[in-house]
Amino acid sequence: MATFQPFDVIRRSASVTATPPANRGGEVVKLIDTSKCIGCKACQSACLEWNDMRETVGVNVGVYENPHDLTPNMFTLMRFTEWDNPKTGNLEWLIRKDGCMHCEDPGCLKACPAPGAIVQYANGIVDFIHENCIGCGYCVKGCPFNIPRISQVDHKAYKCTLCSDRVAVGQEPACAKACPTHCITFGTKEEMVSLSEKRIKDLKSRGFDQAGLYNPPGVSGTHVMYVLHHADQPHLYAGLPDNPRISPIVELWKGVSKYAGLAVIGLTAAVGVIHHILQGPNRVSQEDEQKADELAEGGRG
Amino acid sequence: MAKEHAEHIRVRRYSGSARINHWIVAICFVALMLSGLSLFHPSLYPLSDLFGGGQNARWIHPWIGMVLVVAFLGLFVRFFWQNLPEFTDFVWLARIRHVLRANDEDYLPEVGKYNAGQKFVFWAQAILVGVLFVTGVGLWESGLGYFENLLGFKATIEQKRWAALIHAGAAVLAITIWIIHVYAAIWVRGTIPAMTRGFVSGGWGWRHHRKWLRKEVGKGHIQKVA
Repeated sequence: MATFQPFDVIRRSASVTATPPANRGGEVVKLIDTSKCIGCKACQSACLEWNDMRETVGVNVGVYENPHDLTPNMFTLMRFTEWDNPKTGNLEWLIRKDGCMHCEDPGCLKACPAPGAIVQYANGIVDFIHENCIGCGYCVKGCPFNIPRISQVDHKAYKCTLCSDRVAVGQEPACAKACPTHCITFGTKEEMVSLSEKRIKDLKSRGFDQAGLYNPPGVSGTHVMYVLHHADQPHLYAGLPDNPRISPIVELWKGVSKYAGLAVIGLTAAVGVIHHILQGPNRVSQEDEQKADELAEGGRG
Repeated sequence: MAKEHAEHIRVRRYSGSARINHWIVAICFVALMLSGLSLFHPSLYPLSDLFGGGQNARWIHPWIGMVLVVAFLGLFVRFFWQNLPEFTDFVWLARIRHVLRANDEDYLPEVGKYNAGQKFVFWAQAILVGVLFVTGVGLWESGLGYFENLLGFKATIEQKRWAALIHAGAAVLAITIWIIHVYAAIWVRGTIPAMTRGFVSGGWGWRHHRKWLRKEVGKGHIQKVA
């Protein structure tokens, strides 16, 4: 495996002067091949183990998801979908490992107001730096995949780090290490894309003619990619967005509205200053006081 | 207040409780503005240091907002009747050019306790406080659950995105109107004592709120300045 340099920050949240793009050689990708997943949840266990997190014992409501959703502790979650394929009449069990997609154009980072709370490394990993996090929850609004969760313990945002700490020392993420079927593999972007091509070819030869790679262009691609048997219908996989993008509301909120807002406030203050310079103070004259006195005399008299 | 003429009258404009109420709202507004602006644009983030850093600013902002909403409700109830629109407001607005000139008020109609500009500030802030409250609750990670349980409704992320955009927009408008409010109080000399000491000079009433002054004189609510 190549030596990665995860601490070359290429993007930093709420920082006016962004670090200039470093050498991007060495972009990493975690490839998740849904066709190989057996739903064992070893990845979830490995994730909890490596990140030293614990989930409270939950309640079985008759579905396989455990816990029921991503939580501030559970950064990855197997999502199970039973799908009746109308073409073949087969019942298909679609299992998708949900978690941060490490977007090339990260909505969380764009929405974050705290300088340095979210960073993107040269290798593509998007990481939350908790000492800078203020717990505002803006990343939740920025994310097109509904991934970040706010801890009710320390009021900070949590999500998959793509094991940036492991990757930093040349190891693969804990989930990839634990996966017994090589459904999760980790490596350079080139390696993973070429591996996915092999897998897609294999799937197509076995009747999945719509098999393909999920690397959505709406977020300029992701550093977690899926091989899907039904790449034409990503939403089948527990609501994976068909065409994810940063919400236009978030783009507006974090884009032009900031400058327009500051301009409106600044202009109003400037108009006030100019008005005062041109007109001078509006003072009460002696005549006004006398008129008032006369009114008071008359009014009482 | 002209001190050289001992016999000038002064008129009570705000009671002690109204002034305390106003200043609670004012302090909350400034604190909300500073903590809110710190999250509005990265260049303003250092303002959060006034509150002990970003996490504290983020934590305290919604609570200050709750205090403001309650206190503003007090002001709303107090000043509601005197801020209802009337015909002279439209005449006043039509002659806004004369309002904006420093010594050109003779052409304006006599106004009551509030002119159309002050009424605009009152109603605009009332609406904006309501909007900021509703959208602010939507953005309040730790407080939203309480309101959701109360109303039996779960906010979607899409709704929270709208809340963020609308909250920011409404805050910009509220700050703009606040600048107008503060500037008007400074420009029209003799106004600030109304909210600090509770009194204005008779001449101030004659010049700016003659109808109101006539009423107060009629009721005998005037004092000789000793």
